[in-house]
Amino acid sequence: MSTTEPTGATEAPTPRRETVDVLIVGGGPAGLTAAARLAPRVAGRVLVLDREADAGGIPRHSDHPGYGLRDLRRMMSGPAYARTLVARAAEAGAEIRTRAMVTGWSDERTVEVTSPDGRYEIAAGAVVLATGARERPRTARRVPGDRPQGVLTTGQLQNIVHMHHGTVGERAVVVGGELVSWSAVLTLREAGCRTALMVSRYPKVESYAAFTVPGRTVLGVPVATRARVTRIIGKGRVSAVEIEHLDTGRRRTVACDTVVFTGDWIPDHELVRSAGIDLDPHTLGPRVDPGLRTSRPGVFAVGNLLHPVDTADIAALDGAHVTEQVLRWLAADGRPTTGEGVPILAEAPLRWIAPSVLRPDSPAPARNRLLLWTDAFVRVPRVTVRQDGRVVARRTLPWPAAPGRVLRIPSSVLRDVDPHGGPVRVSVR
Amino acid sequence: MDPTSASRDPDAPGAPDPGEVFDVAVIGAGIVGAAIARELSGHRLSVALVEARDDVGDGTSKANTAILHTGFDARPGTLEARLVARGYALLGDYAERTGIPVERTGAVLVAWNEEELAALPGLKEKAEANGYRRCRLIGPDEVYAQLPALGEGVLGGLTVPDESIICTWTTNLALATDAARRGTTVLLNHAVTEAAVGEEHTTLTTNGGAVRARWVVNAAGLGADVIDGLLGHRRFTVTPRRGELFVFDKLARPLADRIVLPVPTSRGKGVLISPTIYGNVMLGPTSEDLDDKAATGTSEDGFAFLLGKGERLMPRLLAEEVTASYAGLRAATEHGDYLVEVTPEQRYLLVGGIRSTGLTAGMAIAEHAAALLAEAGLPLVARDDLPEPPRMATIGEATLRPYQDAARIAADPAYGTVVCFCERVTAGEIRDACHATLPARTLEGLRRRTRAMNGRCQGFFCGAEVGRLLAEETGRAPRDEGASTGAPRERQDTTP
Repeated sequence: MSTTEPTGATEAPTPRRETVDVLIVGGGPAGLTAAARLAPRVAGRVLVLDREADAGGIPRHSDHPGYGLRDLRRMMSGPAYARTLVARAAEAGAEIRTRAMVTGWSDERTVEVTSPDGRYEIAAGAVVLATGARERPRTARRVPGDRPQGVLTTGQLQNIVHMHHGTVGERAVVVGGELVSWSAVLTLREAGCRTALMVSRYPKVESYAAFTVPGRTVLGVPVATRARVTRIIGKGRVSAVEIEHLDTGRRRTVACDTVVFTGDWIPDHELVRSAGIDLDPHTLGPRVDPGLRTSRPGVFAVGNLLHPVDTADIAALDGAHVTEQVLRWLAADGRPTTGEGVPILAEAPLRWIAPSVLRPDSPAPARNRLLLWTDAFVRVPRVTVRQDGRVVARRTLPWPAAPGRVLRIPSSVLRDVDPHGGPVRVSVR
Repeated sequence: MDPTSASRDPDAPGAPDPGEVFDVAVIGAGIVGAAIARELSGHRLSVALVEARDDVGDGTSKANTAILHTGFDARPGTLEARLVARGYALLGDYAERTGIPVERTGAVLVAWNEEELAALPGLKEKAEANGYRRCRLIGPDEVYAQLPALGEGVLGGLTVPDESIICTWTTNLALATDAARRGTTVLLNHAVTEAAVGEEHTTLTTNGGAVRARWVVNAAGLGADVIDGLLGHRRFTVTPRRGELFVFDKLARPLADRIVLPVPTSRGKGVLISPTIYGNVMLGPTSEDLDDKAATGTSEDGFAFLLGKGERLMPRLLAEEVTASYAGLRAATEHGDYLVEVTPEQRYLLVGGIRSTGLTAGMAIAEHAAALLAEAGLPLVARDDLPEPPRMATIGEATLRPYQDAARIAADPAYGTVVCFCERVTAGEIRDACHATLPARTLEGLRRRTRAMNGRCQGFFCGAEVGRLLAEETGRAPRDEGASTGAPRERQDTTP
């Protein structure tokens, strides 16, 4: 029976070690784009490690259009987009290794890897973290009640439906009103499951109007706004959820056999934290400057690990943006990053801002945009940037700030910031 | 008797060979029942382990605080005090031989007010009356030195250096696997509904068919009072006492590297903070008497209570993500002690009122049960042909896990194929769990054997793939979200 109930630990021999110029951890849109841009410009090896069976990240299982707009200048489905990015990185000369999971660090820029090929270490000249984000599941949202089957996240739902061609129930409640929530509705519909109700805590359903309008009219999804789920009900299979109106406190139960908790993203930051790299307390991703440099020299971060979450194409463009910074680091051969930098803080109702530190030698951020998240709807956002008691910039945005999607502000508002001064505060009203 | 016979297929229709009369039927395949079956099948006896649910260890045993107790705080002179102290040594030794994960973390009782502080010396004396002499009174500075993340206001503490954490799931599975390899017939999906005591044997009617045995042991946990009633007794009532727990993200583990125990006072028992054997931190449990033995749901009040306590005990813990929440039911009775009584004329042994300490005491309870049965007339002849105890899968964080084991991956790449990323469970471990002596048949069973899907993403990344592998390995059709392949029933969340 030694194979089925194996004997205990065996002594691990000294692990074998590979050396690469650039290691990219995570083969989603951000990591693959960084690989495609870096490979032709780096003399040595550019290696992408992805823990899944196939690279491509979340778009692999988001089988609907809406991908590739800003980076590839075309509109395509998630799976097609993922395949295109994989092909481009490979054609550019990057090496993509799947089923290879980075499990920890053995020194500053050396990681430990588990894969079917073995347990080994990879030492890199530069490391780009592109591990993305995940949705908080029901447990992390602390929703009490029974523990029946049929309670999912969008990620699990789409894996079941698009990757494994499995089935879900017939009547779903979708929790959340972000862009991804509509993606869940579309997936449910494809799987033959009607969305009986969408539950959002905001007074109006956030996310893009382009999605909201078909969502309401074409998909015919009723929406409970200013509401939250207070209990999951069901033995065996979920049979209902209890929802509460946030203003009146009134509760009612809604029958369903499937509940999908959508959005409420959190960066997959385990490698950041296990490295002791500074964490931004608001995004919960690593704190980076506009050059996407973390607090550890030679370690960069891109994509939705930094801003949970923006669309895939924006994540991909982080991957493009990091290229120059990585090349500069490799050329400088170990020159330390300059100084602590000035923190950039977002004030309520803004929840976070990325990047969140400005160093004296920071370049402009990706796409010359600062990314922010708001907890309240502001139709005409007037942005104010302050430092050391003075107003550095004021700007009125031509687009609204809406919960459930990233707010973008031109980075020119930071032009007059003193990189040696005090914290920079960004507010909207 | 064939000591190598494995468990009967619980899905096989009908009952065991209707003519078969076992020497002993043990009702309940929790930790206590499994330990008793293992102990008895170490003798020249045929034993059946009769379980209502579709897996071993699926009742109260799966949801406790997973502490290997020294018994320092038991009521001196009780059966519980004696069996916990004895069980601590027995299970500690057995864990080493089988690979049940144990971490010798130690514990500190922390006093937050004058009443609690005043109670500490008495608790030290009580420990000594129980034969445990290593407790030490410490001041607040030393408490903070050991547990820097505790909130403000600690007045003092009492150390219990030998309190440890253990994997309750692996303990149950090891005992039941050992029993099966010693020849115990494991009958799953056999809920006992009637018991008829005859001249020669007792017939247990179950939903899986009749089970006949000369002797019957009742280790039915939450259902022990009902089974006792089927045999004509009215000795006690089991009141399910619900305990709700939060399990925090592994990134919280540095905050608590030992168990933080509350000081019991007139105002009741507080909650504890404990590292878990899987590398998380647990906060709980609540304590709420219920009358519904299926009320394993969590509640808003429970959550609010725990968060309030956590805010006081260790505020930094609350900044971490909650990986899981769950509710377990403890088999509380009106008796202050274990209720282990033999009725020789019925050839019947009751093992009731076993609270959460039963995890630690289980093997000692089994010894005690065997001695009582022998006294009552069950002939016990030790076997000299026993198989070695099983080596269990290494699902604890303190031991080298398969994904870390270069030699093992080189020999079998399935151990290098990580399927559940958060818990780092490999395809090799899932395969093994599905083909073990007592195989995983449902997603819940797989989770308890491997930790798959118990992590922070709760299936966001791996749920569909884990479901597929389970279906492939067990040869059963997958259901939607990699759902259970067994009968639908209420499910509890992950783990202490």
